[in-house]
Amino acid sequence: MNAAYVILAMPLAGFVLLLWLGRRLGEPAAGWLATLMTTGSFIATAVTFSYLLGQDAGSRTVVKQIFTWIPVAGLHVNFALQIDPLSITMALFVTGVSALIHLYSIGYMHADERFPRFFVLLNLFVFSMLCLVLADNFLFSFLGWEGVGFCSYQLISFWFEREKPPPAGKKAFVTNRVGDFGFMIGLFLVFNHFGSFNYRDVFSGLMAGTPGALATVTATGIALMFFLGAAGKSAQIPLYIWLPDAMEGPTPVSALIHAATMVTAGVYLMARLVPILHYAPDALTVIAVVGVATALYAATIACGQDDIKKVLAYSTISQLGYMFLGIGAGAYTAGLFHMVTHAFFKALLFLGAGSVIHALHDQQDMKKMGALRRWMPITFVTFLIAWLAISGIFPLSGFWSKDDILAAAWASHGQLGKVLWAAGFVTAGLTAYYMSRQVALVFLGKARWREHGVDGVEPAGGVAPAEPQEPLHSPQAPHEAPPVMALPLVILGAGALAGGMIELPSTFPFGHAYALTRWLEPIFPVQIAPEPHVDSGLKVTLAVVTVALGLVGILLGLLPWLRSAEHPALEPGVLVHAWYFDDGVSAFVGGPGETAAGFVADDIDHGVVDGAVNGVAWLAKSTGSVLRRLQTGYVRNYALGLAGGAAALLLYVAIRVGG
Amino acid sequence: MTVPGAWYLGLSALLFGIGATGLLIRRNVLVMFMCVELMLNAVNLTFITLARMLDDIGGQSSVFFVLVVAAAEVVVGLGIIVAIYRRRVGATADDLHVLKG
Repeated sequence: MNAAYVILAMPLAGFVLLLWLGRRLGEPAAGWLATLMTTGSFIATAVTFSYLLGQDAGSRTVVKQIFTWIPVAGLHVNFALQIDPLSITMALFVTGVSALIHLYSIGYMHADERFPRFFVLLNLFVFSMLCLVLADNFLFSFLGWEGVGFCSYQLISFWFEREKPPPAGKKAFVTNRVGDFGFMIGLFLVFNHFGSFNYRDVFSGLMAGTPGALATVTATGIALMFFLGAAGKSAQIPLYIWLPDAMEGPTPVSALIHAATMVTAGVYLMARLVPILHYAPDALTVIAVVGVATALYAATIACGQDDIKKVLAYSTISQLGYMFLGIGAGAYTAGLFHMVTHAFFKALLFLGAGSVIHALHDQQDMKKMGALRRWMPITFVTFLIAWLAISGIFPLSGFWSKDDILAAAWASHGQLGKVLWAAGFVTAGLTAYYMSRQVALVFLGKARWREHGVDGVEPAGGVAPAEPQEPLHSPQAPHEAPPVMALPLVILGAGALAGGMIELPSTFPFGHAYALTRWLEPIFPVQIAPEPHVDSGLKVTLAVVTVALGLVGILLGLLPWLRSAEHPALEPGVLVHAWYFDDGVSAFVGGPGETAAGFVADDIDHGVVDGAVNGVAWLAKSTGSVLRRLQTGYVRNYALGLAGGAAALLLYVAIRVGG
Repeated sequence: MTVPGAWYLGLSALLFGIGATGLLIRRNVLVMFMCVELMLNAVNLTFITLARMLDDIGGQSSVFFVLVVAAAEVVVGLGIIVAIYRRRVGATADDLHVLKG
């Protein structure tokens, strides 16, 4: 069970070693070291997982103390790991996907001048993410939460000498700070009410679900404040704006941090808070509505994007919305299930996109791709699997998880549930449409890259080259990814294909009768997390309808975009410009926002705040200049004062006491 | 024949007055220093007298503390005075008003 320490120690050791020796190791040794460390962490997680499997369901929570962090009276915070089904589920897929993407990066970051630095940050990210999910208290989790935010910022602006990445990194960091304020206020509320940051202390009285164990107002406040934090990290409306810009980072970073792992931290946080959410039904409604609104909104935008990574970025936002819909509908297991399957197929899509970008020498405009299936068979086949999985086609992983969430949404929140379901249903169709459009533009149709100079010398219409130039093996033909990049694609492809197996009904082959639900049962006991009840007949009907819509979406996506890459009618400007939300924010912040900030800076800060400070200083100074006259510097004056004072005191004592 | 306690108290009051007056009117630092010693010893005399009159050992033990402090003060004070005379020959207390506000 001490393997739990190794989970955290390996990436930390990798980070320290690479920081120290990275430059000397150089390429590719630094990358292999980082990959080795992450793989070791994954193996340690697997060992811990198998240990937990050997225990009774009731005793699957183990706390491993590392050291006492804050030993102040009334505030006792430990660096301690809480090993339980939820944290190990998270750690398993975080370390697993990380190891694959580390491996992929060795090929992708080839010939980058800051190759070792990339892996330093990647290992630090894995360490922070593991702190976040394995911590046994809110404060330690918050440390990891900020750590992943920092790594995200560093990695988005990894190519800091270029024009676009640094502002994108700043945007991500600042937007996340807004959410972090919510997280911090949540922390304060928790400490104020429970007097502890420890998960077990906070939740111990709530797990039984006794009515009235927690006031609704308190629970709603805590849940909504933490949801604000989650919305920042997991890119929900209105704090989603950083994620599309985060695509300026290297593609493996987009795959790992901005699709598979870090952005799911918000979902993890909500899953942790289930005992509190149970007492806050209104917060659940808010989460469900925000989630489904984000899902639908981002899916519409994804239909109008030309950049291969932007489509995937909006798709990620949309799928995260699904996860929050699952949480908000009370189907916590379904939300986490979708998080795991999404990690597989979305990481796969991003790595496939990276492979394409690599092959076309930094081309990211889908309108200048096409017909790549003949040049890149492995990438094509794995991309196809991910495409069908995200489109929710039976029996791939995405079908099972999306189906669970939609069915739960139907059954939750009364009449509102039907609306939630309808929005999620439309989103499923849009998802199938925009992903099919992408597949048609990138892998099928005509080889348009021939007309656009595939050697990548000419910059693609307004899209800054986001990948480093490298010497071309053969200047004309695109090439399949090297083995270190192809292997992760194949493994993730297997995951996207069969990931649904972890939550199959027992009637299906390989099914273990809802293995994930039973595994997570100690975390989501039925008293506080009742499964939304859906008739199996209704569930099948909903699934069939959704798959049918998905097929229609695929057809609608493939047919026009196979014929030609130009359909202005299908790409209204409002979608290309993402509903003008970013422009609106810029106009507001740049106009009235700047004026208000100027007023605060010039008038209030200069006049009132500085005035008060300077006034106090002036008062002290002028008082001093009066009082300094008393200081003559002659000893006798002081002695006289002393004697006079003593005489006065004696007189006082004589009159008051003696008399 | 015993001298009454009041005489001792009167003597110590006189000595204290002389010391205080000297401290206030003289400018020579060394003399002022001696005046301080005079005042201290006047107080000591009071302590002793009252200890005798009230038959209380506390007064006598206080004198020991005063003597120790006075000895320490002499060491530091004389050191400072010597240092001042080395730099400024014939300086009076009034010349040393660098602490003037």
